Order: sequence, then structure tokens, then C-alpha cells
Amino acid sequence: MATHTHTQTEHEHMVHHDHVHHHDDHEESFVSKYIFSMDHKMISRQFLITAVVMAVIAMTMSVIFRMQLAWPGEKFAFVNALLGDKWAKDGILDPNMYLALVTIHGTIMVFFVLTGGLSGTFSNLLIPYQIGARDMASGFLNMLSYWFFFLSSVIMLSSLFIDDGPASGGWTIYPPLSAVPEAMPGSKLGMTLWLISMTIFVVSSLLGSLNYIITIINLRTKGMKMTRMPLTVWAFLITAILGVLSFPVLVSCVLLLIMDRGFGTSFYLSDIYIGGRPLDNIGGSPILFEHLFWFLGHPEVYIVLLPALGITSEIIATNSRKPIFGYRAMIGSMLAIGFLSFIVWGHHMYMTGMNPFLGSVFVFTTLLIAIPSAVKAFNYITTLWKGNVQFTPAMLFSIGLVSSFITGGVTGIILADSTLDINVHDTYFVVAHFHIVMGLSAIFGMFAGVYHWFPKLFLRMMNKKLGFVHFWFTLVCAYGTFFPQHFLGMAGVPRRYYTNSNFPMFDNLVDINEICTISAILGALAQGIFLFNFFYSIFRGEKAPQNPWNSTTLEWTTPMANIHGNWPGALPVVHRWSYDYSKPGKSTDFVPQTVPLEEGEVDGGGH
Amino acid sequence: MKLLVLLAIVLLIIAGHQLLRIIELSRGLKKTKEWELTDSDNDRMGKAMLVFMVLFFAFFFWQVARWNDRSLPAAASEHGLKIDLLWDANIYLVTFIFLVTNFFLFWFAYKYRGHAKAKAVYFPHNNKLEMAWTIIPASALAFIIIFGLKYWNEITSVSEDPNKVLVELYAKQFDWTARYAGKDGKLGTTDFRQISGSNSVGMDTADVLGSDDILVKNEFHIPVNKEIVFEMRSRDVIHSAYMPHFRAQMNCVPGMVTFFKFKPIKTTAEMRNDPYVKQLMAGINAQRKINGEEPVEFDYTLLCNKICGSSHYAMAMTIIVESEADYNNWIAKQKTFKTVAQK
Repeated sequence: MATHTHTQTEHEHMVHHDHVHHHDDHEESFVSKYIFSMDHKMISRQFLITAVVMAVIAMTMSVIFRMQLAWPGEKFAFVNALLGDKWAKDGILDPNMYLALVTIHGTIMVFFVLTGGLSGTFSNLLIPYQIGARDMASGFLNMLSYWFFFLSSVIMLSSLFIDDGPASGGWTIYPPLSAVPEAMPGSKLGMTLWLISMTIFVVSSLLGSLNYIITIINLRTKGMKMTRMPLTVWAFLITAILGVLSFPVLVSCVLLLIMDRGFGTSFYLSDIYIGGRPLDNIGGSPILFEHLFWFLGHPEVYIVLLPALGITSEIIATNSRKPIFGYRAMIGSMLAIGFLSFIVWGHHMYMTGMNPFLGSVFVFTTLLIAIPSAVKAFNYITTLWKGNVQFTPAMLFSIGLVSSFITGGVTGIILADSTLDINVHDTYFVVAHFHIVMGLSAIFGMFAGVYHWFPKLFLRMMNKKLGFVHFWFTLVCAYGTFFPQHFLGMAGVPRRYYTNSNFPMFDNLVDINEICTISAILGALAQGIFLFNFFYSIFRGEKAPQNPWNSTTLEWTTPMANIHGNWPGALPVVHRWSYDYSKPGKSTDFVPQTVPLEEGEVDGGGH
Repeated sequence: MKLLVLLAIVLLIIAGHQLLRIIELSRGLKKTKEWELTDSDNDRMGKAMLVFMVLFFAFFFWQVARWNDRSLPAAASEHGLKIDLLWDANIYLVTFIFLVTNFFLFWFAYKYRGHAKAKAVYFPHNNKLEMAWTIIPASALAFIIIFGLKYWNEITSVSEDPNKVLVELYAKQFDWTARYAGKDGKLGTTDFRQISGSNSVGMDTADVLGSDDILVKNEFHIPVNKEIVFEMRSRDVIHSAYMPHFRAQMNCVPGMVTFFKFKPIKTTAEMRNDPYVKQLMAGINAQRKINGEEPVEFDYTLLCNKICGSSHYAMAMTIIVESEADYNNWIAKQKTFKTVAQK
């Protein structure tokens, strides 16, 4: 405890010094304020804007390949306009480009939008604000984290413009397909760029995550016990720990692949005859790659999901005007999910030829995850019960998240069962499952976060009505896109097929694909409403008051200005947990964390 | 033309800008802030939640009614029937959870939609409730795990049937080859370095066991009611041998041999007469007519189900299941590796 206080004071002192200095020469240069900024709020904005750009690109890709799936062989002028004659002659998508789009869509969405974008934006914004810190433990590392992220984004996008096209072996880049350049055009330079980009991405992620962990452990303000922290901060903490433990494994996985590709090793390669000749590589195994990849790949699912669940916990409590139901159970569930996520990766590999007994162990561990997930879902629903529900756009998206978390989660119970996985593995049933449970939930969480904390990000308010319209369009189109895909999977349609028209057995599924695609196009167009609202409100939105949602947490105790150091005076002192909404005997329906407990008042929901 | 489009876009932007100016100016006159929720907002959104729920569930049942009979026909293999049984049990269970929990979510959102005078109930936790929804899912999962693993062990166990038929499925970009063990009942060894135009699967020519092996492309036959043991291999990248009608799938991985076994219980001819399959094919042929294509009959298909390159989507083989006598006739007519190689 002594060291803790020591670090706290030291940091306080340090930042205070900065603060004074800041007043001396008031004008910060453009470069240090907007580009190489070390302020957590600016870095958060940088992550968000980058993620928005990446998301638009990845979404456009999905529209292009969805159109190919619904109307194979049709000519689309706009596809030709975007991709050129090489990849879409006469507006018909090339099969290699189809695979490239699927691959880069997945990569960008999983890593750049929902990992970098989601954690980068909200961990950066909310950790210092909600624990009462002046900034991240290391502003410099934080800045590096963003710029590595930016660099890796640029490299990933640059691969779209090279002659052979970008990586196209699927976002899971299984070797030998990804290791042998003769296997497909995308395994040439495009794959090299993918690997470099992802390595740099991991550097960014590690710098960020370490910073988040250190900040949360060391820089909590006086009174901010771990059990008083908002669930957002808990979620960011567990996410960061997952990232630190799993992303390095991806680097090792990628490094071995780079060795196999360029330096003649055989970690993943054996007995291969391709391009008219046998390769020299002997003794390796692609299964090793799959183990290493999914050792990251599965925790990654929760790296994507947990921040969204944290954000939602906070927003649902605030807007139900009720404490989150089962605060400690929520923390326990997140810890359990985080722990279990490390021992379930094999459920992606039931059909790889991995020993079936090993498969049965993974069935057991995977299905265990359903328990904490169910607890979380029930707790959200109970939080709404007898609440005074305020339907802000953020709240709408949070409810959307709970719905998609349930709808996509239940099919996970089926896929986790190796026996049932035999027939739907790698089909559209899986595509439907993970898009709903992970894709929709995480992106809904991200939207919720943007609408809710927009006042803290840009000091202005987003337009409510446009938010409503955006939400309903998005929710309807999202289910319209992904729900029918369960039926494609049950008809046995494999994923990553350029067209389903090659086999008569799928001929009767045309209308299902059309519904998916039309919903996807409408859903994509609806994002225009969001983009307009977002960029318009940054510059012209109504000025935000200090605490627009009548929230209890610390970020709403600072004035609406971008103050370096966050609080103009001393740091706030915390006296209670963050969920005192509608507490009996209080005059308002929320009690900020900075209000001291009354005599005899019990803190933390009766614990 | 392009100039006109450009001009139209510029005009649209100007018009939009002017419109926004008007909205912004009129906003200054109002007392309430745009972003503040009113009781009528909450009322409308709460009701919208209920409407959405009804539409969502209607959409769900509409899909089931319209598309459920386009699912794969009942399994055509012995173990597949067990998978189907377990699948049905699981689907009913998760559909129930899906409907009930989504119902409570949207119902509570509607019922407790806020208004200015309402006060929420302070209800931070309840150990009994939390215990209940930990224990109930846990016991349901125990059931799922036990049955799932029982079947999984049966399906993946090593075949001890002395009358089994051994078939190798050999994958390469972008086709399949099936190899039968021949009279000696043993597959010859292989060596990828011996792959050539006339030896496409890399048979080890020095191994006599391989001389009576039979290699076929495009279509392979298997006898009904006999255990078929598949050995899977790949020449170049990972492929996956997916035989959805039999509920069978296994990756083909370069550098190793993988296995899957099943016992087909319906011949191709029997499947073509199955009422469910008939209605399925009627739907398929109706669509083919619209596309201007010839009608087709039902066939079992082997598909590639692991991304393997540009023609991944076109990598398939037809499977014919027939009586043992027909199968024996067919296999007797096939040329052995030795006779093909001597030519």
C-alpha cells in the first residue's frame, strides 16, 4: 500500500509540474497537439477516426463480395470503378480478388476496427478519466502505440494497390496456402505485407495494453478501490491482460511463417508438390500453425467483445437509472471468460485432424464459457427490470448488443459441440454465428460508446434523431444480413466460395443470398447517417453540458474542456462505487462517486 | 456525363449545407436541447422495442417456414442419424433460450420505458437469482456435453470392422482423386517426390502393394451398409473433404494422413425417391429453369470446405452409393494403377 501511495503522489507531482509548464507557454504547436500528441484524449480521438476510416473500407469490401454472392456473374460498373479492369473486368469480380476482399475485410474488422479501434479509443479515453488519473502511465508509449497502429494500417491498405493483390488466404492465413507463393497470387508480396503489418500491429497492441494495465493498477485516485471501479475499466483491464498474454504468440506464429516463406525453414511445411515441382521442406506441420494462431485467435474474440460488454454495462446501468445487477458477478464472469478463453482454442480445430481426444477436452472447456456468458446476459436483462429506461442512442445500441450477444451466443453452444461441428464447420452457419455474436455485438458496443462519450471526445453532442434512425436501420439490416445465413449453413453451403452456382445442390438458395445482400447494402448505406452525424457533430454539434446523462462516474466531474491533466485542480476523491442510481433516500436519482457516504450508508450495493 | 454528375454532387452539397444552416438557426430559437430525451422519445422508442420484437420473431418464424425444408436431407449415414438427433435436441433448446431471453429483453425495455416522474427500483443484486441462472445453464450444458462426447467418441474411434472398405481421398488444387486399396485390401505407400503427369497422387512405384490400387476422378462409388474408412491426403495446401449428406468432414493436410469413417445407409437411387429429397430437387430444378439450365437429379457430393485458392468454389466430386453387387461390378471394371502405368 505504501508503494501505491508513493507512486500516486509522484505522478501527481509530475503531472502538476507539466500543468504549470503548460500555462507558461499557452500555445502548443500543431504537431504536438494534433499529431504526435501524448494526451490520452487526443490519442483516443486518433484511434477512433482511424478506425472509422478502416471500417468504411472494410464495409465497402463486404458490399462488393456480398453482391457477387447474390448475383454471380452480373456486371456492376461501380465494382469496376473501384477495383479496375484487372480485378473486375466489365464489373465482374475476379475470384482471386473475391478471396482477397474476404481476407482483408476480416483482418480489418477483427484487428483494426474491433481491436485497435475499440480498445484504442475507449481504453485511452476512459481509463484515466474513470479512475481519476491525469493521463496514462506513459504518454510516450501511448503515442507510440497509436503511431504503430497507424503505420500498420497504412501497410495493410497499401497491399491493396500492389500488382498481385493483397493477402487472400482468409484472415486466418493457414499455411501452406499462405506460405507458398505458387499457391495463389495473394501469397506473394501481399502476404508479406500482411505479415509485416500484423507484426507492427502487435507492437502497437502490446504498448497500449501494458500501459492500460499499469495505469489501472497504479494510478487510481484516492478511494478508487478495485471494487469501486466502473465495469468499463474492469473490462479494459481484463482485455489488456488477454492481449499481453496472447498477441506475442501471434508474433511467434507469424515469425515462423516468415521463416518458412523466406528462409527455407519447414516449421509448417512438409510433403508438398506445387507449381510442378516437389518442395524441399520436410517435417513441418500446418497443425502447429493452427495451434499457435488460435492460441491468439480465440482470446482475440474476447479482446474484441469484452470492451463492448464493459461499455454496455456502464450505459445500461446509467440509462436504466439502476445499479448494474450483480456487479461482482459481472466482474467474476469477465474474469472467468478471460481465463477460459485461453483454454478453448482447439474448438476451431475439431476437423483439422487433431487428435479427437484433444477435441473432447476442448468441447468441455468451450461449453463452460456459456455459463459466465449466460450470467452476463441475464444480469443485463435484470438491470432493465423495473428501471426507468432512457432510450438514448447509446442505450438503444446497448440493448441491440444484448440481443445480438444472446442470438449469436446460443449457436455457439451448437458449434462448440464437436459432434455437431462436423457438419457445419466452415459453413455459413459459422459465418452467421460469429458475425452476430462477435461482429454485431462489438460494433454495437462501439457505436454505443461513441454516442455516449461523444461529449467527452469532442465536447459536443451528437444528433439524437439521426441516432435513432441509424440504430433502427442498423439493427434491422444487421439481422437481415446475418440471420438467414444460418439456413445457408444448414443447407451445407461452405464459406469462402466465390459463387454457389457451381453445384446444383445450392441452386435453390438464391433468394436467401439476395436477402442477405440487400440487407447488407441497406445497412451499409445507413452508416452514412452515422458518418454524417459523427463528422457534422464534431464541428457543429450542440455544445455539451458537463454531465449530460446524469452519470455517477468521474469523467463527468471534469469541466467540458480538453484540459491537459484532466482536472483543473486536485484530483477527485472517490467515496462510493460507480452505480448509485436511484438509491433510496437520495434526492436525485444518481449520486456521483465523489459524494461522501452519509453516516451509516452502505457502499457498493449492500456488500 | 461525368461533368454533369459532378455538378449534381456539388449542387447537392450546397443545398445540404443551406438546409443545415436553416436547421441550425431554427434550433437556436427552441428552448429544449435537441439531444435531451423527452418523455415522448422514450415512449416511442419503448414501443418501437416491442414492435421490433414482434417483427423479429415473425421474421424468425417466416425464415423457418420458408427455408427449413431447404436444409440438407436426413443423414444418409449411420452415425449421421445420431448427429441429426443431437442437432434437433440442441436446436430446440437454443431456439427456446433465444426466444425467451430476447422476449424478456425487449419486453422489459418496453415495459420500463422511462418518463420524467418514474423512479427506478434500487436492486443491485440477489444471490438466489444469480445462483439460479448459474446452475440452470450449467446443468443444461452437462447434458449437452455428455451426449456430444459420447457420440464424438463413437464417430472418431478407429474402425474394427473386418469388412470395411478403404478409400483414400487425395486433394490438390483443384480436384479430388479417390484411391481404392484393390484386391489386397491395402493402399500402396506414396512419395510426393514421385508425383508426375502419369502419377498424379505420387504412388511409390517400387511398392507392390500399390500395383492393384484403383484411382478414379470426378465420381467414386461406395457400397451401402458397409463401413467406409477414408484416409485423406493433400498434395499442396490444406483442403477439407466435406460430404454434407453423410455428416462427414475432415481436413486434408499436406504431410499427414487424416481419417474419417461412416456407414452409408441409403443408396443414391433410394435418396432420389425420398419424398423430402424430391421436394428439394423440385425447388432446385425450378430455379434452374429460371436460370435456363437443364434439370438435374440428386447426387451425393464431396466438396472442398477449406479455402485452397482461386477455384476453391469449384472443387467437387460426385459420390455414388449403390448395392454391394453393383459396387463390385463397378470396381471390377476399373483399371488398376499397374495397368494404367504400363500404357
